[in-house]
Amino acid sequence: MKAGIIRFPGSNCDADCFEAARDAGFEPAYLWHKDKTINVDLVILPGGFSYGDYLRCGAIARFSPIMEAVFEFAEKGGLVLGICNGFQILTEAGLLPGALMRNRGMRFICKFLNITVETNSTPFTRLYGIGEVLSIPIAHGEGNYFSDDITLNELKKNNQIVFRYHGENPNGSLDSIAGISNRRGNVLGLMPHPERASKLLLGSSDGFRLFKGLLG
Amino acid sequence: MSVYDTFNYPAVNPETACSMGLSVSEFRLAEKILGRTPNYVELGCISAMWSEHCSYKSSKLHLRKLPTKGENVVFGPGENAGVILADGDICLCFKIESHNHPSFIEPFHGAATGVGGILRDVFTMGARPIAAMNSLRFGELNNAKTVSIMRGVVSGIAHYGNCFGVPTVGGEAVFHESYAKNPLVNAFALGVVREKSIFTAAASGAGNPVIYIGSKTGRDGIHGATMASGEFGKSSIEKRPNTQIGDPFKEKLLLEACLELMQTDALVGIQDMGAAGLTSSAFEMAGRAGSGVVLELDKVPVRESGLTPYEIMLSESQERMLLVAKKGREAEVQAIVQKWDLDASIIGRVTDDGLVRLLWHGEETASVPAAPLSDAAPVYDRPYKKPEGFDTALPDIAVPKDLNSVFYRLIASPTIASKRWIYEQYDHMVLAATAVLPGGDAAVVKIPGSKKGVALSSDCIGRYCYLSPRKGGALAVAESARNAAAVGARPAALTNCLNYGNPEKPEIMYQLVEGIEGIAEAAIALNVPVVSGNVSLYNETEGEAIFPTPVISMVGLLNDAEKHITSYFKREGSTVIAIGDFPNRIDASHYLEFIHRTVKGEAPEVKLNFHKTLIDFMADAEDVLSAHDLSDGGLAVALFEMTIKNRIGLSAELIPSARADALLFGESPMMIIEAEGENTIARLEKFGLPYKIIGKTGGDTLTIKAGREIILNIEIEKAAVIYEKIITELMS
Repeated sequence: MKAGIIRFPGSNCDADCFEAARDAGFEPAYLWHKDKTINVDLVILPGGFSYGDYLRCGAIARFSPIMEAVFEFAEKGGLVLGICNGFQILTEAGLLPGALMRNRGMRFICKFLNITVETNSTPFTRLYGIGEVLSIPIAHGEGNYFSDDITLNELKKNNQIVFRYHGENPNGSLDSIAGISNRRGNVLGLMPHPERASKLLLGSSDGFRLFKGLLG
Repeated sequence: MSVYDTFNYPAVNPETACSMGLSVSEFRLAEKILGRTPNYVELGCISAMWSEHCSYKSSKLHLRKLPTKGENVVFGPGENAGVILADGDICLCFKIESHNHPSFIEPFHGAATGVGGILRDVFTMGARPIAAMNSLRFGELNNAKTVSIMRGVVSGIAHYGNCFGVPTVGGEAVFHESYAKNPLVNAFALGVVREKSIFTAAASGAGNPVIYIGSKTGRDGIHGATMASGEFGKSSIEKRPNTQIGDPFKEKLLLEACLELMQTDALVGIQDMGAAGLTSSAFEMAGRAGSGVVLELDKVPVRESGLTPYEIMLSESQERMLLVAKKGREAEVQAIVQKWDLDASIIGRVTDDGLVRLLWHGEETASVPAAPLSDAAPVYDRPYKKPEGFDTALPDIAVPKDLNSVFYRLIASPTIASKRWIYEQYDHMVLAATAVLPGGDAAVVKIPGSKKGVALSSDCIGRYCYLSPRKGGALAVAESARNAAAVGARPAALTNCLNYGNPEKPEIMYQLVEGIEGIAEAAIALNVPVVSGNVSLYNETEGEAIFPTPVISMVGLLNDAEKHITSYFKREGSTVIAIGDFPNRIDASHYLEFIHRTVKGEAPEVKLNFHKTLIDFMADAEDVLSAHDLSDGGLAVALFEMTIKNRIGLSAELIPSARADALLFGESPMMIIEAEGENTIARLEKFGLPYKIIGKTGGDTLTIKAGREIILNIEIEKAAVIYEKIITELMS
């Protein structure tokens, strides 16, 4: 299976995602933000600071030429994974509901923390147990998830909350949300970095099964 | 009308020269080299090139004492950064540099551009940055001013490094009054490059185009290098326009564009525009190649209209690079640069007349020989002498009755306490290769394309350098080597940032000379070459100098990144061994400074042979469960730090060989290790290291006995909360 990692100007976790996807068994390739077509089985929007995040995180990247293709790809049921800045781009693009605001403490936070798997009925979490606690790092300044009540209720009702922070809520996220999917379950956005917890050298390999599980 | 009338440049005389920071004799030297009086633009270039910051004129003579050669050294000092071999043809390229003055005036952008500058130094050589560190010094954290400086500096570093995408994996932060009005911000970066792909900064091949890429030139940072070469007075804040603004996003694009350009063979040379901007890149590139360049300054992309040739030459606007490409390959260069949404402008060409010539709409506004100006910069043998009447005698200090409460106060010293508040703001895991996270003795990052790991630590104890400049320099090398050894690495090479006061004062010059000699002594003994570095002088505000602070950043290598050692106890019931001689004095300790509010006494003995053996013992050791170096706060703090992470306590028993506070909080070079037992003891015996088994891990307290008497009994949970939270509390 092929994984395509989109490189936006300012993406900086592209190589890490490339490596994690390769180690899991994907045939990885980079996609350029100006590409207009996508010919892979999994699209990853990696972390970083697309366009410097100078306006609002992800606000400019969503207008990249490749995003049209990502819409189409998701529409057809293709797998789309947005990590950190990638999650922000997906919410800005409307592929996922809600928004990611500045962290409650107003500071960038990088550290290992625990998240729980809330559902394993998505292709991204099928190798995890429900309620399983994973040690996966975060690194963001704007990961404070917010949505209106109607959206939140929808997310809950449709089992779209995929990950929650376990114990400490590091950024003030609504309902401790760390990652959500679209209703169909083929688009996932999460703030924690599974690719940074993909081998023991890094202190945890809990994130590896996310990539592995996508191979079907 | 000539340029000089258009811009109404003042006449050049010794006074003009002095206003640009040159001395009268330097002005005369410039006249001698040129064979005439320089014009205003030329004088600006000369004064920037000959500033202390760019020319090392006060330190050069003494820097020659440092060992710079070694089997593993590919490039020593003199290039943008030093390069060593790490594994086969995989090289590490690294350097540390100061950004002290800008960071005091404008903490956020000062620190941010410090990071930007050092990253450019590394990728200019063709290396992709894989790790950054920073060494910070602030005043005591008990006033709004220092809090705001530190907040600005840390968020500036975070802003730049995080966006650029380099993990900031370590460093240090130390707090002392002497840095209150002169904080230190030293930024380190390390990159990885194949030996054959290393680029140097030379403008060769007459006729080749000189191409400018990156941000446009603005008025920011004009004469920044000169500013960093003088003391600060009360009006320093007026120098705010002299600091630069950083754009890490632009730098990230510049990195990718440069590395992609270097993969083609269209490039001849490349140089970033750092201190002294276009002036130093033009002169250095031409000087190194023995060629010349002609630059059409009206072709330089500018941010606003009305910039004059003088301003264009001296601007320190960030994120700019100067390339020399092969003639005829311009379009190829242009295509790659544009792919990364950057602009490339051809602003001149290489010549063979040895001159840097500057044109403005066709009119020659300056013509200066390149090599003489960069090579014949003045070198000073400044007088130095040991300060007279410098009383370091330790006053009588009684042993406090309640050492537990002293301990709880001591771990609340920001110098000792957890630096979590700082390093959690830095992305220290991007690139997914950080094996040992910040907070330990050294960080470990796996080297891409290799099994090996690189260990990074940064150290200097300013109070040792203040009491004994020579020992202090040697101890900084020894401690950074010990820290690398603590994670199982063998120190391979170092880079240094020598932060001192005004070298025109003989007492300060004495500190500098002694410091360099101390570093040289230790580096030679430990066989660690000095491959790059930076000197930051004039760290004085209103006549008060900082503690001499020669920061040493050590780069060590582990054969297997996965087999690193961390600094916290792993299991209950294992043996804890102290290696080295126990402290027997409270002299020069952080305990003395923080609890008894005085910096007196003798700095600890350096013990270079001990360090040599210790390094051999620790390198790639597989029988050591955890290891930690003894530093600020002595044995009690070192042991406590090992208990925190897994909340595994320790009962230790020491020989009552000294007063209780010296045993607990005194400082001497030591390493504490947790081991399984016999095998390790046998190895210690074999290596002939002085050691003592001090206890077994377990429980939820740290109890230390001297003989039969309990001298310290600490609840780990309670102490850990103080240690982890205090800086956060002081910052809010």
